[in-house]
Amino acid sequence: MLYEVTIDGKSYRLDLNRVDGRWLCRLDGQELEVDAILARPDVLSLRIGNQAYEIKSEHVANDLHLWVGSKGFAVEIRDPRSLRGRIRGGDDQGPKKITASMPGKIVRLLVREGDEVEPGTGVAVVEAMKMQNEIKSPKKGSVQKILVGEGATVNAGDVLAIVE
Amino acid sequence: MIEDRSALSISKKVMFKKILIANRGEIAVRVLRACQEMGIPAVVVYSDVDRTALHVRKADEAYPIGAAAASESYLNIGKMLDVARRSGADAIHPGYGFLSENAKFAQACADAGVKFIGPTAAAMEAMGSKTRARQAMEKIGVPFVPGTSRGVESLEQAEQVAARIGYPVMLKAAAGGGGKGMRHVHAPDQLKSALEAARSEAERSFGDSEVYIEKAIINPRHIEMQVLADEHGNIVYLGERECSLQRRHQKVLEEAPSPIVDADMRRRMGEVAVRVAQAAAYTNAGTVEFLVDQESNFYFLEMNTRLQVEHPVTELITGLDLVHLQIRIAAGEKLPFKQDDVRIRGHAIECRIYAEDPDNNYFPSPGKITLLLEPSGPGIRRDSGMYEGWNVPIDYDPLLAKLIGYGTDRDQAVARLTRALSEYFVGGIKTNLSLFRRILRDPDFRAAKLDTEFLDRMLKRPEDQSVDSKSAEVAAIAAGMFAVLGATASGASNGTAGNAARVENANSSWKTTSRREALR
Repeated sequence: MLYEVTIDGKSYRLDLNRVDGRWLCRLDGQELEVDAILARPDVLSLRIGNQAYEIKSEHVANDLHLWVGSKGFAVEIRDPRSLRGRIRGGDDQGPKKITASMPGKIVRLLVREGDEVEPGTGVAVVEAMKMQNEIKSPKKGSVQKILVGEGATVNAGDVLAIVE
Repeated sequence: MIEDRSALSISKKVMFKKILIANRGEIAVRVLRACQEMGIPAVVVYSDVDRTALHVRKADEAYPIGAAAASESYLNIGKMLDVARRSGADAIHPGYGFLSENAKFAQACADAGVKFIGPTAAAMEAMGSKTRARQAMEKIGVPFVPGTSRGVESLEQAEQVAARIGYPVMLKAAAGGGGKGMRHVHAPDQLKSALEAARSEAERSFGDSEVYIEKAIINPRHIEMQVLADEHGNIVYLGERECSLQRRHQKVLEEAPSPIVDADMRRRMGEVAVRVAQAAAYTNAGTVEFLVDQESNFYFLEMNTRLQVEHPVTELITGLDLVHLQIRIAAGEKLPFKQDDVRIRGHAIECRIYAEDPDNNYFPSPGKITLLLEPSGPGIRRDSGMYEGWNVPIDYDPLLAKLIGYGTDRDQAVARLTRALSEYFVGGIKTNLSLFRRILRDPDFRAAKLDTEFLDRMLKRPEDQSVDSKSAEVAAIAAGMFAVLGATASGASNGTAGNAARVENANSSWKTTSRREALR
């Protein structure tokens, strides 16, 4: 199996093959002996050579996070041979969706459709656990659409507004 | 033998038939466990968003009490007493927060013939207002930070007092807590605006604009003394807790004993705490808070008339169960030991695990817990209200659990806690676990150089952000292995890892092989 893995902007070419009951791993051409057991869903017991790791997997909104010890990595993985390879975060151009980073209630909307916004302009105020947080626009543009109303309950990853 | 039997029957007669726990989260579970250990059926209440909460799962009886808003449920005195009546509970444990320090509730319980497990309404009222408590305590010679024992009436009076005790001074709300209505004033020209701001904030937060002035203690420690009083006039102190690690005036990590308190200071603080409790005719568990300056002088701050969040550290170093004792005292039993019997052994440190995001200004992070790996092993205690698959509601305080490490000494407690924190994993939501890893490896923390500004100073220093390329490579390989060995559970359930799922199907024989290898 061939994968392209991107972590912190760096791409790795990963080739995993089953040979004689063992995994042969090639990471950017470097050959490594790897042994892995899915201990339970989302938890991988991994050996690279004789080094042992417990890896935790977490899906946050649409991102995959893998934890090596207490260090978390945002990971993108795709199969380069698949036409429908998953590429994430590639929509910086064009309309930008503003999403809720955590579940909560929309206390206030700070913009209306058609308003011009700068990077950092507050778009909505979300309240969770008695604290209010302002969701800001990541880019300059105009508010094309607002998809939530005041008082609405939102989940992490829900689109609040679209800035063109 | 005969005597034994009669003693048994008496204790059965006086012990409660059923206890209602007027709370939620980890503390409801903690009290529930004590009830079950004592053979007393436990009744819990839950709001509309808490049907799935852990305390409901573990309870003997559970009653819905209304909407998520606390005023409609956990703060509603009428509904709480109605459940007590319907369930036949003859005592109520309030936990901490919510109704625990509400004198009206304590009185309403008494009027309804239900025992409130805590102090009387009168004792609560005596301690509820910081200025009134201060007036009462000054009479019996309790040491105070220099300042006013009454609210300031005018700016002129405030200026005079501040000039007399010397700047910097603190303005504090009489009805306050949690840092609300509190202002640090460094110079006379800041006093007017600070007084106005503190007053309006106190009015907004507590419905009472009374503000008093104290000399500001530079880099103080916050140390509190646990007391326990029965209803027969016996009062003991159970040692101190060091609570100096705070963020925005909220405790984050507590330990016992305090690294700076020796046996003599403990006895002096303990005796003052007992005097405070006596003066208020206090009963049940309570905590007397002190500010301690750099010369180890201690000053009375306030008394908390409830079981504290951080009570486990005291339990670990004294070997006592405070909730058992609270229940026995409320049932009319005498304290089963004397002051001289109290021994402090070892060291305990507690971390308050919150659902909050350290990378986003500690904003609350509710949501579904997709993966939960919990630590255990020697010297580790977990008081938790969460479980894997549970959806942390957005409506309440974000405290999820408390992780407490115990050791023969402070170094071993730190080592065990550090090890346990490396095992702890909460997936799906953000938690402040990383904050504790950082605190525990901080050289000043290791050296026990603690004060209430410690955390602010630590958080201002840039965190070591060095990217570990080796770990990144491990993560890259793990990503591939997750993909070939099967979709991750959370991915498969919400469909975001569709590609990984297809890979799994294509390689199901590999998966079988690896499973077989796992069994080998």
